[in-house]
Amino acid sequence: MNLAEILSILKARMLTDQVPLQKTVESAYCADLMSDVLSFSVTKSLLVTGLTNAQVIRTAEMAAIEVIVFIQGKSPDSQTIKLAEEKRIPLLVTDLSMFDTCGKLYERGLRSQFHHLNQAPIITVRAQSL
Amino acid sequence: MINAEEGVFFLTGKDFTNAGAASSSLKGVLEKRGVPQDIIRRTAIAAFEAEMNVIIYAVAGMMKYRISNTEISVTIQDMGQGIPNIDLAMTEGYSTAPDYIREMGFGSGMGLPNIKKSTDHFVINSMVGEGTTLEFTIRLANGDKERA
Ligand SMILES: Nc1ncnc2c1ncn2[C@@H]1O[C@H](COP(=O)(O)OP(=O)(O)OP(=O)(O)O)[C@@H](O)[C@H]1O
Ligand SMILES: [Mg+2]
Repeated sequence: MNLAEILSILKARMLTDQVPLQKTVESAYCADLMSDVLSFSVTKSLLVTGLTNAQVIRTAEMAAIEVIVFIQGKSPDSQTIKLAEEKRIPLLVTDLSMFDTCGKLYERGLRSQFHHLNQAPIITVRAQSL
Repeated sequence: MINAEEGVFFLTGKDFTNAGAASSSLKGVLEKRGVPQDIIRRTAIAAFEAEMNVIIYAVAGMMKYRISNTEISVTIQDMGQGIPNIDLAMTEGYSTAPDYIREMGFGSGMGLPNIKKSTDHFVINSMVGEGTTLEFTIRLANGDKERA
């Protein structure tokens, strides 16, 4: 799926300037937890997220993610957009909800490449530091 | 054959503006050397998880790297609160991150396990009240990619 298709499917707007527009993605991953993105995403993918801080751009950079879509009209600040331009990662924003964003992309054939975990469940433990 | 090269980046606790800059620079060094993309990605992910932990949990630290023809080794050392129970800290899902860190998308307790998963060799040492040191290695040439 290429950038033009993603823009039209999600009725999204481009937030970044001077980033390559010929990008295509082979899969998508959706998360608000950056360590999940770093653990489970794959290359040549699209990230759908509701977080808009600079760490999202850093995470995408490290995980070699091609495109980021922010949902529900959430836009990062101009410094974060600048960082994405520097790293040549296109940022898109859609007014759709997380559910509808993923649903529409799925409907048009995009899939995740998540390998279902064949392991013990991860139990989140909240602990206070000493 | 290219020469071995090494370098160091300094990290400041709670400096969220520059958080990730060291890992980004390391990634740039590897790209310039023509290291294969999948190895760059594994190194960048491990370095970034370790860097974020220093930013979140420590006062200050540094990231040292050395790249030879056979491997990339990275040491991340910090001055900070240290880790009282390393087995617990290494457990997926265990986190002491405060709420404002969770709001930034961190604190799911996946960082240290992910560093282990992404690297060929990983050692962590910590002293409560003093700090934490992580060392990891990723094999480059001819090394089989099997991970422990
Ligand atoms: N450098 C460090 N200094 C002190 N404590 C640390 C350090 N690194 C990790 N820890 C402790 O180990 C726990 C687990 O770390 P880990 O990186 O696996 O998860 P996290 O940082 O809580 O969440 P995530 O990495 O998924 O965003 C942390 O919550 C913290 O208590
Ligand atoms: Mg962490």
